[in-house]
Amino acid sequence: MLQLTCPCCGATGEETEFHPGGEAHLRRVGPGASDEAFAGYMFTRKNPKGVHFERWRHVYGCGKWFHVARCTATLEVFGSYRADVTAPPPEILARIAQRRPGWRLEDWTGESAPGEDVDGGQGA
Amino acid sequence: MTKARSALNGAARDGAVRIEEAGLQGMLTLRGDFEDARFRAAAEAAAGGAPFPERRRISRKGERALLWMSPDELLVLLPWAEADAAAAEAARALDGVHHLAVNVSDARAMFRIIGAGAREALAKGAPVDLSRQAFGPGDLRRTRMGQLAVAFWQEDGEPETFGLICFRSVAQYAFDALCVAAREDSLPRAL
Repeated sequence: MLQLTCPCCGATGEETEFHPGGEAHLRRVGPGASDEAFAGYMFTRKNPKGVHFERWRHVYGCGKWFHVARCTATLEVFGSYRADVTAPPPEILARIAQRRPGWRLEDWTGESAPGEDVDGGQGA
Repeated sequence: MTKARSALNGAARDGAVRIEEAGLQGMLTLRGDFEDARFRAAAEAAAGGAPFPERRRISRKGERALLWMSPDELLVLLPWAEADAAAAEAARALDGVHHLAVNVSDARAMFRIIGAGAREALAKGAPVDLSRQAFGPGDLRRTRMGQLAVAFWQEDGEPETFGLICFRSVAQYAFDALCVAAREDSLPRAL
């Protein structure tokens, strides 16, 4: 069972108090995208064994969305972070590097270089 | 004019701890920006001067209280008959400020769980650490009890008393679930 901490209200609970929202940091393509690219955005999801980033909602609690970094193999949770970022923040990546030496964000994103898309944590 | 009636009309049961439905209870939902001074002032005014609560806390002044429900939502407890006026007053005070102020008194049911071991009865249904070290007077938690969305908090003072709110439509289920959890001789002995 997962123990998650909601970064919005600070409450720690087990997973039945939350609701999973699927893969994190999806990037929408379009409106001029090819059908293939759009279908990829719409339907293709990662299914890693190991480090994964997900969206969760504190559905029985404060009702807010947030992100979780966890390991799908061991259910270890590396941390949770705010919803309005497009890439994992440095402190989460540092925690993962500590627990999973050798793991690289590019392994997860499938890109050649890590995205530099964090909005500075300020949101809109 | 029809007579107002709470969900279970003040039903109560004495088991290992006492479960009672609180009867008519005024509740206002206030949503807005917690950093906004006008919002904070309006919330405190609606709660009769109870100070703005800390995260996941309740602050009480007499029979009024402010409950921290989420990063942008408060619940005001106040006498049932004053809820409409208080909602209107809050809306007036917040004119021009993005906010929501609604009387939700009749949409909710409130319970009290009273007696030594009240936390043990609650802990049977909620996935929350309710040990004394983790959850004390003034602490509030929104979570689930069985399959119900609820919020509960511990009041100050003795005997151990918890307040609990849920939607009115599930009040009977909540009452029954609490009564089962608080059956005689069903709580751990070492309290």
